[in-house]
Amino acid sequence: MHITSDFLERDIVFGGDKKLEQLCREVKEMFPLAKGISVQSECPIGLIGDDIEAVSKKMTRELGIPVIPVGCEGFRGVSQSLGHHIANNSISDHVLGKKKHDKTTQYDVNLIGDYNIGGNAWASRKILEEMGLRVLTQWSGDATINELAIAPSAKLNVIHCYRSMNYICRYMEDNYSIPWVEYNFFGPTKTYQSMRKIAQFFDDRVKEKTEEVITDNKPSMDGVIEHYRQRLEGKTVMLYIGGLRPRHVIGAYEDLGMGGIAAGYEFGHNDDYKRTYPEMKEGAVIYDDATPYELEELTKRLRPDLVGAGVKEKYAYHKLGVAFRQMHSWDYLGPYHGFDGFAVFARDMDMTVNSPTWNLIRRRK
Amino acid sequence: MKVIDHNELFKGQDYLRQFETKKEFELPCTPEEVSSVSEYTKTADYMQKNFARTALTINPAKACQPIGAMLCACGFENTLNFVQGSQGCVAYFRSHLSRHFKEPVAAVSSSMTEDAAVFGGLNNLLEGLENAYNLYKPDMIAMSTTCMAEVIGDDLSAYIKQAKEKGCVPHYMMVPFAHTPSFVGSHITGYDNMLKGILSAVTPEKKPEKTGRINIIPGFETYTGNIREVKRLMSLMGQPCMVLADTSDSMDSPNTGQYRLYPGGTPLEEAKTAINAEATFSLQKYATVKTGEFIKEVWGQGFYALPMPVGIRKMDEFLDTISSLCGKPIPQEIDDERGSAVDAMIDSHPYIHGKRFAMVGDHDLLLGIMSFVIEMGGESIHVVCTNGDKSFEADAYQLLSSSPHGKNGKVYIAKDMWHLRSLMFNEPVDLLIGNSYAKFLWQDTSTPLIRVGFSAV
Ligand code: SF4
Repeated sequence: MHITSDFLERDIVFGGDKKLEQLCREVKEMFPLAKGISVQSECPIGLIGDDIEAVSKKMTRELGIPVIPVGCEGFRGVSQSLGHHIANNSISDHVLGKKKHDKTTQYDVNLIGDYNIGGNAWASRKILEEMGLRVLTQWSGDATINELAIAPSAKLNVIHCYRSMNYICRYMEDNYSIPWVEYNFFGPTKTYQSMRKIAQFFDDRVKEKTEEVITDNKPSMDGVIEHYRQRLEGKTVMLYIGGLRPRHVIGAYEDLGMGGIAAGYEFGHNDDYKRTYPEMKEGAVIYDDATPYELEELTKRLRPDLVGAGVKEKYAYHKLGVAFRQMHSWDYLGPYHGFDGFAVFARDMDMTVNSPTWNLIRRRK
Repeated sequence: MKVIDHNELFKGQDYLRQFETKKEFELPCTPEEVSSVSEYTKTADYMQKNFARTALTINPAKACQPIGAMLCACGFENTLNFVQGSQGCVAYFRSHLSRHFKEPVAAVSSSMTEDAAVFGGLNNLLEGLENAYNLYKPDMIAMSTTCMAEVIGDDLSAYIKQAKEKGCVPHYMMVPFAHTPSFVGSHITGYDNMLKGILSAVTPEKKPEKTGRINIIPGFETYTGNIREVKRLMSLMGQPCMVLADTSDSMDSPNTGQYRLYPGGTPLEEAKTAINAEATFSLQKYATVKTGEFIKEVWGQGFYALPMPVGIRKMDEFLDTISSLCGKPIPQEIDDERGSAVDAMIDSHPYIHGKRFAMVGDHDLLLGIMSFVIEMGGESIHVVCTNGDKSFEADAYQLLSSSPHGKNGKVYIAKDMWHLRSLMFNEPVDLLIGNSYAKFLWQDTSTPLIRVGFSAV
């Protein structure tokens, strides 16, 4: 679904505030069940001085549903990272805490920073629930506005993508004294560790259940490892992705006997790199905001067996004859998170690294 | 080892239970509310409100101008796309093109940020050009703009002049440009603007003697095979031709274990001779409006906007025009191929005859598809062109009125896929033709989708 004001030249010249008001009314009319509207601005809006804040306020009153301004013009930052920050702030200002969940328990958590690619969040939620926790909010993949509003009723925030959503965790820590903990559900080793780390915030009941869940799942995880490790052992990986993934997926590769030799972020900050160094082996290469030219050079020198990046890089690597997976969209497969996701992850890496198609290439001098 | 992925995984009992318990926090609308509103959206009453929208656009079938500009520039040898504006836009253009063509698409942006919003984009352009030139060693840099550069009024012509004076790029470097604001027109406008920009930059003086060749402009063609086919037909006819903005190799290059930044494209040395060709033929009238004027007025060359050769009649028109203007008869081989195609159409006409079609896409492609559907005895019932104008509307109605199979057809310009959704519920059709985003219409209305257009993945 793609809803837009489809700005035309006259809107640029005369301003689009009136159009936006009318647009909100029409949204309500076309989608009578809509429980809120978020208004996101592209470059021209900020430049021509449209006031989406004022319009949103007015329309919230008129329509009786929250209309939430997100002033995220592309030129405001050098990357999408600032957009995350701005959107986190908008949610904090306009949605968070606007509702309370009456029946709370001491086991309530929010699952934050999972975009539910290929069903990742569902596979992760399953684990948390099996540990005896109750997930109030799942964010931002497959969430309703009510879930966001009741988030401050939770006892703990567990966060997967630190880069994009640490702001909201910090906000809830400062304003609602809710602690937060980072976790990583890529690959069994990290998943076990993370489960235990999360369980530390709760009573023995949760800790015991956590051990049970680990014990129950270990045989099938070992089975996956046994099957795929022999096919992937010793293969090397180079990553260039956004958000949390460059550091988070390394453990999953290591479970399969593969090693990360290089990792970089498209829109990383210092704190991302601080979190990445400990995950990487001695001698690994770390880079920031690499150009296609730099990536190609690195690939030629490091000769990885597998590269993980986005669709913009994918086909250049195919031409180079280097095995490649899209590590934002999982090449439209997934999930990769949790126990259910690990088998899919292993299968996909195997099918790509060991595809016979790479051997068909006849290299020209 | 049997691995269950998202296709099956979430149908399992454990997940169905999870989705059920999650509802406590979602506070969703009741199933009754959902089904009653969903039924309501299928009614004539809803359709009336839907068509009364004045501010809201839902699922438009068009893309940004610079996407068209980029595709056009990709069709020239050793040419780097440089987009003056914010970098987020450019990431989207590249991804969008890559997804459709399954090819790498290189482009650089001048990464304008708040500084540029205040002081203008000159510095970004100077620095960006210098870096791009040194790093990527192109023979030509084709410059387009995002909304940002347009709103703040960056003057590309003056800026590029300065860049050359300051030595950011050598003075002999070709840096054609096109202003491509996305709040005007669509990707096909961007294509047109850029092609005109490039042709103005690469064509030196006119010579008295002609080259004996014709120029062919494919337009915003998203099927590389179509371009190769046109070249093959010309060679069968013995008619030398040059495709301007030839993306057939750049958007479909062979795998040789090597990544080339600039595969294929119209060679620049040859493009320089385009001005001395016999005539220029465009296969997409609507994607070459300004380019056509330029060729007629500035080059003083014959310019023929032919229909996009889809189906038998449009193909005939294309081949016959070239044959008669160039004095090259259509060889037996092509006529045999025509015969085979007609044979296949006759054999399969019962599957299509009387079938009702809905279609959404770009002007020229729609006209081609409509014509083909008519030839097969099918009916083009709903024709939606989001970026369509009055002149397209007239062309489309003219085509529809040329056949009894067109009499039930209606053409909708400046309408989106949500309008089409209402149309499909109120006047159902048998088949839907559109790009990949039309899959939502297929899901909602259960009308099978034939994916044609941009982007189709
Ligand atoms: S509409 Fe304008 S701001 Fe938005 S992506 Fe297109 S060029 Fe960029």
